[in-house]
Amino acid sequence: MAEKEKERIKASEIDPKFKYEIAKMHGGEKLMRCFQCGTCTSDCPVARFSETYRPRQIIRMTQLGLKDRVLNSDTLWLCASCFTCTDRCPQDVEVASVIRVLRNLAAERGCIPQVFKEQAASILASGYAYKIPDLRIKKRESVGLPPLPRGNPESIRKTLCNVGFAKHIEKKGE
Amino acid sequence: MAEKNKYLMFLGCAIPYRVSAFEISARKVMQKLGVELVEMPEFNCCGLPLDPVSHEMMLILAARNLALAEQKGLNILTLCPGCAGTLKKVNKMLKEDKALREDINSHLKEAGLEFKGTIEAKHIMQALIEDIGLEKIKNAVVKPLTAFKVAEHNGCHILRPKEYIGFDDPEDPKTLKTLIEATGATCLDYMDETECCGAPSVGISDKIALQLARDKLNHVKMVGAQALVTICPFCHIMYDTNELRIEKMFNETYGIPILHYTQLLGLAMGILPEELAFNELRVDASKILKEAM
Repeated sequence: MAEKEKERIKASEIDPKFKYEIAKMHGGEKLMRCFQCGTCTSDCPVARFSETYRPRQIIRMTQLGLKDRVLNSDTLWLCASCFTCTDRCPQDVEVASVIRVLRNLAAERGCIPQVFKEQAASILASGYAYKIPDLRIKKRESVGLPPLPRGNPESIRKTLCNVGFAKHIEKKGE
Repeated sequence: MAEKNKYLMFLGCAIPYRVSAFEISARKVMQKLGVELVEMPEFNCCGLPLDPVSHEMMLILAARNLALAEQKGLNILTLCPGCAGTLKKVNKMLKEDKALREDINSHLKEAGLEFKGTIEAKHIMQALIEDIGLEKIKNAVVKPLTAFKVAEHNGCHILRPKEYIGFDDPEDPKTLKTLIEATGATCLDYMDETECCGAPSVGISDKIALQLARDKLNHVKMVGAQALVTICPFCHIMYDTNELRIEKMFNETYGIPILHYTQLLGLAMGILPEELAFNELRVDASKILKEAM
């Protein structure tokens, strides 16, 4: 990863429209405000322990139009969504939201970590993001808890029937 | 205007999956405070876990829950800050942005539902401080925990982003401290209190997640806290489930029990530890319990 990032940027890999594409999406509107002060990276808890994850760099690469490098990169998925960068950005860029927008676009390309696929499939099947063990459901009564509210997969599917990503997950699950 | 002592209980996914001690103790405490909890008629995930892959899916899942709650005419109470943050954010977005509301409602319509924007969603901590009130909580304390010296961990989604959560100061949060002190316990300050627990990185990079949790436990140990008090199921899993693993991995010794705030408050209200599911904690809390009794 580190080596790949050192590769020189070629003019041919720059997509000058990329930043406008991001700025049109909800959460990405303020991308162009970033003046690269680095508050996001210096306050990022993940950046402290990661050798590759740098929010400032992701924002700059996005501004430059390095679309494939940004969207195909594993580091995009390291953000913990703690929103420290969003709250502290002096330019109000909403850094975590820009990263979320980028992740959504990466997901459309099929770049999705396994954990998200599993949670999406579970939600479509049961309403819950995890499969709640039967033992846990049965144990509730003995510890004085009310029955667990049921999911309504049929109704959930109906509300999501026009969302591209949901269709994608359902197909995979079949 | 929905009532302040009756809520629709929104459990979320993590709590029924593996954090029942939080639910058990929260229900006991709320009952003692005279708060009625009504169950959700049906449930789906708040949507937060899917925001990274599909913002639209998150919006619909959250709005679906809000629409179901509106039919009941009750405000939502959550134990999970992730659920509270998501439901609050989407509620605000849909109330303020007519075009977005119409778009999301076109999806909900497929299942005969509609978002109208008539209720609020709150995390239990916000309900305790705003709706129930500090005075009532203090009056319910019959066994002040004056021997307890603990540290607090708010977690991220109860504080940030400020624009959508906005009931405490993310840079210097006071609510949880105030609520801990209401039990008679001392709440200690420590380094990097508002830092992330690392839980969202589990499954993406366990190494980074565990290093974050380790940092936190080191800082809590440094000030001599007898326990770490949380209000989030994910933060609780992160510390309670992984403390032993972190001790082994990094050659550290902590022995710091991780308590749900409602367990602490329950003790101060005179509820027995066994009724507050202390036995479900992975890190043994019997030492601190003995000291308190």
